[in-house]
Amino acid sequence: MRKLLLAGVAAAALSTSAMLVPALAQDIKQGGSMTVTYKDDVSTLDPAIGYDWQNWSMIKSLFDGLMDYVPGTTELRPEIAESYEISEDGTVFTFKLRDGVKFHNGRALTAGDVKYSIERTVNPKTQSPGAGFFGSIKGFEEASAGNAEGLSGITAVDDHTIRFELSRPDATFLHVLALNFAHVVPKEEVEKHGADFGKNPVGSGAFRLAEWTLGQRLVFERFEDYWNPGVPKLDQIVFEVGQEPVVALLRLQNGEVDVPGDGIPPAKFIEVKDDPKFKELIIQGGQLHTGYVTMNVKMAPFDKVEVRKAVNMAINKDRILRIINGRAVAANQPLPPSMPGYAKDHEGYRYDPEAAKALLAEAGLGDGFETELFVMNTDPQPRIAQAIQQDLKAIGIEASIKSLAQANVIAAGGEEDQAPMIWSGGMAWIADFPDPSNFYGPILGCGGAVKGGWNWSWYCNEDLDAKATEADSMVDPAKAGEREAMWRDIYLKVMEDAPWAPIFNEERFTIRSERIGGDDKLFVDPVHIPVHYDEVYAKDVQ
Amino acid sequence: MPAYIARRLIQTALILLGISLVTFILLYLVPADPARQIAGRSATAATVENIREQLGLNLPFHEQYLRYLGGLLNGDLGRSYLQKTEVSTLIASRLPASLILMAGAIFCELLLGLTMGVIAALKRGSRTDDALMIASFVGVSAPQFVIGILLLYVFAVKLGWFPIGGYGTFAHLVLPSITLGFLGAGWYSRMMRSSLIDVLRQDYIRTARATGAGRGKILFGHALPNAILPIIAMIGIDIGLFMSGIVVVESVFGWPGIGQLAWQAIQRVDIPIIMGVTLVSACAIVLGNLLADLITPLIDPRIKLR
Repeated sequence: MRKLLLAGVAAAALSTSAMLVPALAQDIKQGGSMTVTYKDDVSTLDPAIGYDWQNWSMIKSLFDGLMDYVPGTTELRPEIAESYEISEDGTVFTFKLRDGVKFHNGRALTAGDVKYSIERTVNPKTQSPGAGFFGSIKGFEEASAGNAEGLSGITAVDDHTIRFELSRPDATFLHVLALNFAHVVPKEEVEKHGADFGKNPVGSGAFRLAEWTLGQRLVFERFEDYWNPGVPKLDQIVFEVGQEPVVALLRLQNGEVDVPGDGIPPAKFIEVKDDPKFKELIIQGGQLHTGYVTMNVKMAPFDKVEVRKAVNMAINKDRILRIINGRAVAANQPLPPSMPGYAKDHEGYRYDPEAAKALLAEAGLGDGFETELFVMNTDPQPRIAQAIQQDLKAIGIEASIKSLAQANVIAAGGEEDQAPMIWSGGMAWIADFPDPSNFYGPILGCGGAVKGGWNWSWYCNEDLDAKATEADSMVDPAKAGEREAMWRDIYLKVMEDAPWAPIFNEERFTIRSERIGGDDKLFVDPVHIPVHYDEVYAKDVQ
Repeated sequence: MPAYIARRLIQTALILLGISLVTFILLYLVPADPARQIAGRSATAATVENIREQLGLNLPFHEQYLRYLGGLLNGDLGRSYLQKTEVSTLIASRLPASLILMAGAIFCELLLGLTMGVIAALKRGSRTDDALMIASFVGVSAPQFVIGILLLYVFAVKLGWFPIGGYGTFAHLVLPSITLGFLGAGWYSRMMRSSLIDVLRQDYIRTARATGAGRGKILFGHALPNAILPIIAMIGIDIGLFMSGIVVVESVFGWPGIGQLAWQAIQRVDIPIIMGVTLVSACAIVLGNLLADLITPLIDPRIKLR
């Protein structure tokens, strides 16, 4: 077995600080406190369970995994792993753990803990929503069905070495290990608290949970024994829950709140954005999100590619952006601009109702047709659907709007013959990890075109599926560029068949108080929402 | 009396059983599939099925309900689907906040309502009377989230007299109590006004006046104690009114009570929490009514329990 890669900690650490705040990183003094508010109570801080955007980044601060991202970017780097090696065929990943990584209870973290944590996620008794991500590890089928205790593909070679054997080469595996579902938990604490572990989390992250008063507040305090002494920058983060976003903004103005976690309420967006008091405090960034209209290729007349292209050309995206107060950018392909593999130069289908009409005529539907557009029933989704409805009417398509509860729309999309068109707003799709493959399998691949699946256009192109498999088996990091190009090509091929009309990519607008500092990128981090808790600092202790 | 209480308690148990059944049916009919929600979007069909089995969601309706009832008899309200915690723990941790808020609201509605009612009755037909009755009309009709946000904006943001939402000190309690009590104050001022006008017309008041008693003595010694009786009985019923009010008021002010818990659970279709809060609220309403019925004969000998 020839070793392909040796990632050095020093190199990674150097590149990190160099990227973020050149020459300044060492000068940032640690200390101070930050107050973050949320409307909803925090549901759970168990890394195997938590799967909403609110607890996602909180869990990342309490727990560590083998892999992580360079703050503010989508670039992978080892976290509690010191280095890793990938076998040439891309099926064996071996990690060396750092020395001196401790859990908050004082015990040293070992390779056995890593194994235990991932097996716990896969174990059906845990009911983890993330179990499926580990499908490429050997023994997954048996373990996820509950027929085997652990995963035969994970071996703790010694306290500092862990080896993963995969049943197929998986280029996304390092991303999977950076997911919260692969974060490391201490067995003794999990067993002590049982089902309440999510309320009594003990990890090895930069912060530890110091207080949790249900329905009121959580306090994170610096973990003094953290393996990376420069992190976190803050001594304490106070999360106040049960705060309406409008009230949080008022408190921000009063200097009581540093980061309103739910962002700017849509109804106040224009007012706040144009307010000189707030203007300087808002940071805008991309999101790994695409909003799109699916067209069910198994339902006539959307089985004709001309019709699907016509819909793509009929929709006036700029008008829709105005409806949502410019909180997004227009999209012309499945991938969002901040995702590796995005085709910058792709022009997509231009807005041209005349050409769209001609395409319909070509398909033998010059007189138009009637259809249905499904949409989730909370603002602004129905308004967006109305705009699409009007645009379609202009080329002769009479679409009646079916505005339903989220669960009903998802259920209809998962049936082969229910929903001819669905506006995805409020339901899909935000990437789990920053890799182009994450926008394909479940929502555009044949595997997702099943009953109860998320491929609502029921598009299934065997050739592209084969290409996708090929791209995802290109594990060699030296071929990352080639793999990215392959994915770019796959998505452009998808757009030739036009099962979707991509509409927009949502932007993020994070608002923070004057006293919280850090590179702008930390406030619109692709993985840590709303801000990178470990890296932002307090200006008043500088 | 003991027989009466026993009969009422049995009725209460039956009412609660009925409420649990109706709530369970309604939530059973909600199209959202809890197993799919827990499993998340990347789960396989097998995982979803497995979760469904573990939660007992694959069982027929009556078995699910009986299971729930069985747990209920052991004081087990189940575990929240999303928060992964005992529902009873969640409710217990939030109940004190709701009770404090209700106490504050009862105080506010009595203080505001009775004062307005007495003044209006004494100045019957005057402009003051008109103004107060318009105010009470507004109190009865204005939505609580409007009043809440208005009070918050004026007294917390602009004037800075009170904190902007939150929980902990007496100052935090003032605005939410007024908001929650405002509706009741509207009702009470109208009731107090008509009740007092009625009493002031009675013969014994004329007699008291004829014996040379002063205005103050007549009002506080003779008129008020009689006029206030029907109102005291209302307070028990108010608890039911508050149960719906706290959902709104607690959300506006970030008050960590069971109303806010219910609101969050409804948005995420967390069925065990919705069930739990509904049952606890129903208990409070039924017991509140019972309490009102028991207290009335003690303070008004004209009413007898049978």
